[in-house]
Order: sequence, then C-alpha cells, then structure tokens
Amino acid sequence: MSTLTEAPPPLSPTAPEKKPPRRRGRFTPYWLLLPGILWLVVFFALPMIYQASTSVQTGSLEEGYKVTWHFATYWDALSEYWPQFLRSVFYAAAATVLCLLLGYPLAYLIAFRAGRWRNLIMILVIAPFFTSFLIRTLAWKTILADNGVVVQTLGSLHVLDVTSWLGWTAGDRVLATPLAVVCGLTYNFLPFMILPLYTSLERIDGRLHEAAGDLYARPWTTFRKVTFPLSMPGVVSGTLLTFIPAAGDYVNAELLGSTDTRMIGNVIQTQFLRILDYPTAAALSFILMAAILAMVTLYIRRSGTEDLV
Amino acid sequence: MPFVNWLKRHLVVIAGLLTLAYLLLPNVIVTVFSFNQPKGRFNYEWQRFSTDAWQDPCGVAGMCGSLSLSLQIALWATVGATILGTMIAFALVRYRFRARGAVSSLIFLPMAMPEVVMAASLLTLFLNMGAQLGFWTVLIAHIMFCLSFVVTAVKARVMSMDPRLEEAARDLYAGPVQTFLRVTLPIAAPGIAAGALLSFALSFDDFIITNFNAGSTVTFPMFVWGSAQRGTPVQINVIGTAMFLVAVLLVLVSMVVGNRRNKQKA
Repeated sequence: MSTLTEAPPPLSPTAPEKKPPRRRGRFTPYWLLLPGILWLVVFFALPMIYQASTSVQTGSLEEGYKVTWHFATYWDALSEYWPQFLRSVFYAAAATVLCLLLGYPLAYLIAFRAGRWRNLIMILVIAPFFTSFLIRTLAWKTILADNGVVVQTLGSLHVLDVTSWLGWTAGDRVLATPLAVVCGLTYNFLPFMILPLYTSLERIDGRLHEAAGDLYARPWTTFRKVTFPLSMPGVVSGTLLTFIPAAGDYVNAELLGSTDTRMIGNVIQTQFLRILDYPTAAALSFILMAAILAMVTLYIRRSGTEDLV
Repeated sequence: MPFVNWLKRHLVVIAGLLTLAYLLLPNVIVTVFSFNQPKGRFNYEWQRFSTDAWQDPCGVAGMCGSLSLSLQIALWATVGATILGTMIAFALVRYRFRARGAVSSLIFLPMAMPEVVMAASLLTLFLNMGAQLGFWTVLIAHIMFCLSFVVTAVKARVMSMDPRLEEAARDLYAGPVQTFLRVTLPIAAPGIAAGALLSFALSFDDFIITNFNAGSTVTFPMFVWGSAQRGTPVQINVIGTAMFLVAVLLVLVSMVVGNRRNKQKA
C-alpha cells in the first residue's frame, strides 16, 4: 500500500541502500519501536483475540458471558446471515469494478494529458475528502430523489425499466435500491482507486509510448500492451483499497438503501450496538475478517505483486 | 469526419472529466443546499433561497459542540500517531532488528482490515476491561488506525534520503542530537507533515470506529449520522461547505507560496 504515498526522487543516484547498516546502539531500534508497536499490540492485535474468545462464549447480559467453546454460534450466524454476506461481496465487487472503469480515465488524464491543469485536478480529486463523507453521502439522497432530474431522465429513457428487470432498482425509484447503494459505495471509495492508479501511471516513462508508436502500435494497442501492464501495481492496490472498505461498509446501505439492501456491516453494527448479542456479532466480524484476509492473500498471490506492504 | 476524429482523440479527457464531475457533484449539492430553507425536518428538497443558516451556523443544539470535540480528538490523535509512527518508520528504515517481518505485518494489517472489524473487536476489549466509553476510548482507537498511515508516509520519505548527508554532518563535528535536529528532521519533514495531515483528515472524518467506541459521546460525524434519522438541519451543509472552501483555499495558498519559493531558488 506504499503506493498511496508518493516517494520523492532520491537526492543522488546512488543514495538508497538496500540493507540498512548496523549502527551503534544495539537497543535503539527496540526503543524506537516499543511505544508504537505496544499500542498496536494492545489496541489492534489483543482485541482480535478478545473478539475470537467472545465469539465462542455463551451467556446473557445480566448473568455475564463464559467461554464454553460454543462453535455453533458460527454455524447459526452463517446460516442466518449468508444473504447479507453474499450481498456485501457482490456490492463491493460491483463498486470496485465501477471505480476501476471510472477512475482509470481520470488517473490517465491527470498523469498524461492534464499538462498545467494537473495540480488543480489533483486538488479537486482530494478536496471532497475535506467535507465529511456522511454529509456528501446524504447529498446523494437529493441527487437520486424520486422526482429529481436524474431519476426522471432515466425513467423517460426507459433505463429504469431495464434496471428494474435486472433487480437493481424497484419500479420508478432509485433510492432504497441496490443501485443506490452501489452508486454510493463507488462514489465514496473512488479516490482510493484514483490515487494509487495515478501514482503508478505517473512513473511510466513517456518514451515507452513513443517507442510503441514508432513500432506502429495503434493507441489502443499501446494501452493494452504497454500502459495497462505497467500500471498493474496501481490496479492491484486500488482494487484492494476499494474492495476492503466497501465490503465492511454499512453507512451507504443504511443511508441510501432499505432493509432489502442490508450488508454484513449493518448486521454486525445492529448486533453489537442495538441487540447486544455479542457472541453472534463477534462471530460475524471474525468470519468477515477471515474472508477478507483469505481473499486479499489469494489476490496478491495471483496478481504477483507481493511487495505492496 | 472531423468530429468523430476529435472525439476519438479526446475520449480519455472527456471520460476523465465526467468522473471528476461525478466526484464533485455531491459537493455542489451540499453547497447549494446550504442556502435552502426546507419545509420539513429534512433538507433534501429545494424550497427557496435563504442565508439563515449561514448567519446562525451554531443555531442547532449540540452541533458546534460536536464539531469542537471532533477537532480536539483529531488534533490529539494526529500528535500521538505522528510521534509513534515516525519513531517506527525510522527504526524500520535505519536499523536491523529481529522480528522485522512481524512488525511490518502488524503495521500493514490495520490498513487491510475492514473498519467494522477493528471497531467491533476494540469494543469487545473495552467491554471486557470495563472501560468507560467516551473521549479516551475514541482517542485510543483513532491513534491506532492513524499510526500505520503515518509509518508508510514517513518511511517513503526517509528511504529516499541520502545517508551520506548525515555522515557529512558528523564529519563536520555535529553531535548525534545536532545531526538529527539540523539535518535528519528537516529532510524527513515533508513525509512527517504528509502523515500528520492524513491522520488529521482520517480522524476528523472517522465514523465507523467512533460509532462503536464512543458510548454517548457525540463527534461531528456522529452528529450527522444522528441527524440523518431525526432530521437534517441546514447548518450541517454550512459546515460542510465551509470546510471544503477552507481546505481548497489552504491548498491553493500553499501551492502559490511553494511556486514562488521555487522560482526564487531558481
């Protein structure tokens, strides 16, 4: 994920060394690491263990919980909430694909075609971050309102008939449908796709494009054979940075969706904060974590970019 | 067919600008609706122009309090995460030590974990310890998830640093502290600043982890979330618009200053 932060050029051509030299003060690195690592161990790693333990406990709020190795909680949780799990994966995957399709042209534009507008467009991509994302997500309620311009236009072009037939929308409404949720997810995580894409596109040597042209490659061929393969690290980290938060999100489904679009994040949130069924909530959260970690590992292996960390 | 050719040549530009419009449309709506005078409790439909909300931005009970709480938390989370993260980054780049792989994955994992998982597991820890949910639990959580981002930002900068500059300082009889303060820190500063800025933005806008660990404490995102159920006051849009304008202005000013400095150097 280091592609997120742009590395400035080295000060001299021979500067960066691969292996850090051994310095005086054998314990210095440990002192430097201690406070931060301790923080992560206590407030990130330890909670995972507590959560795993909570998921196999039984009991009630009044009498307290005890570890009884009650693994049936996992089975019950999965058999009751598998539709929400599946929905989360579908919505997050759809949003990731849309982010890639929408984000790639913009990243390409900033990297190669923007000229002196580059900085301005870059600012405009980042600027929305400074308005709370909840406020911006609520704005989609106005944009996708039933009697708004967007929905009226889509309706008169009979687009909504098609999407309703596909089950993405319901009748002449967009709000409170899967389409609205996916649209919100795409919008919210688009910058996380654009920034890594831009970083890897910007590193491509422009002379490679010229060389491809000199060898009679058409623009599309140049893109397919040169540009896109070289931007793969950006594609991989962009899709991860989009898919992971989208799969666990519950804000878009809550604000733009309905009870039929609840994702696994919504279930975990209600179980934890309203129903107070801690074992079930912990089990669901644990399954989500395991599923995401497995998918990420597999994906990084398959795409062959293991130096993301 | 000159038009078709033109379209072909500029297809990427057009598609890119359409995406940019998609990204910015909600901000336009937020700004326009900060001048609305809604009929009911919700500010989703345009009624008529009014500047009432701009004249009385704190007129909604609890909103400005939540805003100042969010700013405080973001400030302290930034300070904490930046100090701890910078120390880790220096250790990672400059020293060899045992368990390097374990440390790296401990820093990578929080960024590869859905927020709701971190939020839920942290809540189980706090519940088990019997901690009082509120300002401190939120601050602890924010420092936790900002840390990794600071480490990556600072690491990138320190890695590209020429170690010979420090050796030169030492050769010129600078002590280790002097070398660090006068040479190392100034060179690493842009990375540290980037990490700090990112932390501030992440902490200020965080909702999911705060939602789980705040108890009855209300930060600004929590206030907006609550108002989505009870009724959205126009003042929310005023704050959103003001934040957007201030941020863009700051960035533009820093760019102009930076340009001028570069020109002076050249």
